[in-house]
Amino acid sequence: MRRFVIGSARNLIESSRQKYQFERSILSSPYRFLSSSPAADSPSSSSSSSSTMAHPVSLNTINPKVIECEYAVRGEIVTLAQKLQEEMQTKPDAHPFEEILYCNIGNPQSLGQQPITFFREVLALCDHPAILDKSETQGLFSADSIERAWQILDQIPGRATGAYSHSQGIKGLRDTIAAGIEARDGFPADPNDIFLTDGASPAVHMMMQLLIRSEKDGILCPIPQYPLYSASIALHGGTLVPYYLDEATGWGLEVSELKKQLETSRSKGITVRALVVINPGNPTGQVLAEENQKAIVEFCKQEGLVLLADEVYQENVYVPEKKFHSFKKVSRSMGYGEKDIALVSFQSVSKGYYGECGKRGGYMEVTGFGADVREQIYKVASVNLCSNISGQILASLVMGPPKVGDESYESYSAERDGILSSLARRAKTLEDAFNKLEGVTCNKAEGAMYLFPRIDLPEKAIKAAEAAKKAPDAYYCQRLLAATGIVFVPGSGFGQVPGTWHFRCTILPQEEKIPAIVTRLTDFHKSFMDEFRG
Amino acid sequence: MGLKALDYETMNENVKKVQYAVRGELYLRASELQKEGKKIIFTNVGNPQALGQKPLTFPRQVVALCQAPFLLDDPNVGLIFPADAIARAKHYLSLTSGGLGAYSDSRGIPGVRKEVAEFIERRDGYPSDPELIFLTDGASKGVMQILNCIIRGQGDGVLVPVPQYPLYSATISLFGGSLVPYYLEETANWGLDVNNLHESVAQARFKGITVRAMVIINPGNPTGQCLSEANLREILNFCYQENLVLLGDEVYQQNIYQDKRPFISSRKVLMDMGPPISKEVQLVSFHTVSKGYWGECGQRGGYFEMTNIPPKTVDEIYKIASISLSPNVPAQIFMGLMVNPLKPGDVSYDQFVRESKGILESLRRRARIMTDGFNSCKNVVCNFTEGAMYSFPQLRLPPKAIEAAKQAGKVPDVFYCLKLLEATGISTVPGSGFGQKEGVFHLRTTILPAEEDMPEIMSSFKKFNDEFMAQYEDNWNRSRM
Repeated sequence: MRRFVIGSARNLIESSRQKYQFERSILSSPYRFLSSSPAADSPSSSSSSSSTMAHPVSLNTINPKVIECEYAVRGEIVTLAQKLQEEMQTKPDAHPFEEILYCNIGNPQSLGQQPITFFREVLALCDHPAILDKSETQGLFSADSIERAWQILDQIPGRATGAYSHSQGIKGLRDTIAAGIEARDGFPADPNDIFLTDGASPAVHMMMQLLIRSEKDGILCPIPQYPLYSASIALHGGTLVPYYLDEATGWGLEVSELKKQLETSRSKGITVRALVVINPGNPTGQVLAEENQKAIVEFCKQEGLVLLADEVYQENVYVPEKKFHSFKKVSRSMGYGEKDIALVSFQSVSKGYYGECGKRGGYMEVTGFGADVREQIYKVASVNLCSNISGQILASLVMGPPKVGDESYESYSAERDGILSSLARRAKTLEDAFNKLEGVTCNKAEGAMYLFPRIDLPEKAIKAAEAAKKAPDAYYCQRLLAATGIVFVPGSGFGQVPGTWHFRCTILPQEEKIPAIVTRLTDFHKSFMDEFRG
Repeated sequence: MGLKALDYETMNENVKKVQYAVRGELYLRASELQKEGKKIIFTNVGNPQALGQKPLTFPRQVVALCQAPFLLDDPNVGLIFPADAIARAKHYLSLTSGGLGAYSDSRGIPGVRKEVAEFIERRDGYPSDPELIFLTDGASKGVMQILNCIIRGQGDGVLVPVPQYPLYSATISLFGGSLVPYYLEETANWGLDVNNLHESVAQARFKGITVRAMVIINPGNPTGQCLSEANLREILNFCYQENLVLLGDEVYQQNIYQDKRPFISSRKVLMDMGPPISKEVQLVSFHTVSKGYWGECGQRGGYFEMTNIPPKTVDEIYKIASISLSPNVPAQIFMGLMVNPLKPGDVSYDQFVRESKGILESLRRRARIMTDGFNSCKNVVCNFTEGAMYSFPQLRLPPKAIEAAKQAGKVPDVFYCLKLLEATGISTVPGSGFGQKEGVFHLRTTILPAEEDMPEIMSSFKKFNDEFMAQYEDNWNRSRM
């Protein structure tokens, strides 16, 4: 009897909770990133008697921070797209398009980009070292991939690629990565500063975990931002302190804006702990100028902020007038060392020209912290034992690729340059296409993998969105999906100046598909504007 | 210079509270000694391939082919890869959305999750839903995700066995929850007494803690005991009465070294118990490719299966998984291969069975060798390793040794283990890293050193131990149990 009553009470609680969720997400979603208070109010918990009755793992009894955080890149629009895709499997004519075109996520190999052959040769040999002793292997693999595999295996105790490694990652691989960083920057890197992780994302989470003590701790984040940051801050119970990138100046980052937001949040009693900079930017694609970076470093030093430098797109720069400079290089070139600035640099194997998202490889380089802090970082890393070995090996290949003179260098560099030049072309083609659309302006993608056009939606469209209980940019994206099968992520998933609307589109569909995308998008946009123009 | 943003004082307190002895003081000291040239035998972590266990051939062949699919186009590939490995590689590649280099579904590749569900159904005799199975970068990440969902604050308690694998205590500390210990009974073969559970919960509630979940590790780590069906029923009834979600860490389910208590999954028992319990008790079960006879720790492959978790909550857990985009794809393929093994008639079947059996039979022998070896030592008592990968002998330290430890500023079992390390190079984990009754000391070692090395390791241990005990004894003899 007791259980039966609880069951119906639970259903009531759950359905009213769902209603609250729905309303809250509609009202707050476009404005989520504007306030300095923690993303959304904490949901009120049900009365203590009913919460003890409810299942331990149900919406109203689980960690409210889990409910609060959001991640639009694989959010609502994607779920919708997957539903349509399923429908089309049984009913191919159900929709006015042949296939779903996922332009929502930086996942190059899912859209046909080929992996770098040399990297995969080395990884395959490390996965199955038994074949290295076979003569037939020479005929199937390049000589230098065999050599590199031996070299790597010799750095692994017992050549055991299936064993947990050192919790920071295999030492020899960290040596390679440190050497790669040094070659890139011209300043030394210490392998003991490197923590190899399952992708860059877990490293970001680790830092948020260390930095955030309560909602009084704030992290400065760019708006628009890659929503890993907002999600991670929410999960760890901190406060996102937004700083706005300036769309009018190519998504420029002004230190004056940083100062302003810092002061505002401090006046509200927030202790700002760190500054997140994504360079090249996601979703915005801008590459910071070196002078800009110097001002940022200076700012962090003066204000005692940890600089969290997301540099995962460091190999994606498409314009000759800009170059990637790591924040470490910039800091060291200013004469700032370990005692001057606390800096964490994140890199990944998922982007660049290698696009190995599924491998989950990455690292953070941690400098400027005391030994006691580093011990804690090591300790947290050790609870998970280590990151996956194959990803570690790949990170060392990315940071230490074939050199001029190596047997595989020519094919490697041809593959690399082919991919990068294609990305640059696609970035330009799509940028031009967006700028031709009525009411749409699109900044250049100097780097990364995305375009983030701004769309001036007519009043009528905004009203239609409201009626559909959707943010206007989400409404546009859904209409686009329904008409064309193209999946963009609404700008509200990344944050934007209130009253402006954007969407993020990747530059990753294969080059031959781009014309069709442009045509469908253009046709859809025209008919959308025809429908809603004032 | 400006203010320092992150120093020890301004760090998240919860991080400071975390302890993980498996890679703590002893391991760090052992690593130091190794750098100085001392030969170290690392028995601190269940890491079979680090101690010479070879990977199974077939899965490595399949994954290597998936890494380098251009091999599949080469007419000579059959010279070094068998036909069934080639076929399997093609099968798994077809399940991915762009090969190993693309993010998969955040819950894992649907085709692999289907294979996991089919495995669970074959094992338990009840259907399993792939939509409720999430692949993760190792079982540990899955445990952390679920505990992160459950723990809202200090007021939330999680029942954890003592001794336990310190992932649980570390994670509970990290997320700011409360660990509610329930003691396993060493004299009853590390058995679980439901009365202990009731007592622990009552004490926690008295302190104002809401007990939310119960962890069982079956087979146990570090204790190795295999739970009986009756025990599992008791536990499930208990969870039903107390409204707790059961977290079943079953990563050692293939490591069983006695025949009286074969592995039975919590889910099977739950389903056997029928409604209302089978429909009410919430359960999350964890498994991995790191243990068993696979020992593929470095791949970081695992899964959790949810039972009786409401759909909207599953969505929230999915949402959290999506922030990390996807688990690593190669490990997902290892998982598929593990749950969907070769069949008689497959070209590689015989070799696969030979390799697997070889490992399991050797583990069984080593479990016995080690237990007997410890029991032959002065003041050491050791329960048999019924399952998992560890031996957890009790060290009956004489009062003088405890005093010496205090003088050295060390916990007694840490003191002992450091001395053991210095003398023999054997790197263990002190029992205090897992939890134990007050005044009772243990160490944890693995049964993983190569069989041919075992006799020497055990005699080296015995020599050190018996000398240590003689040194600190004061005409005070403790008779063994």
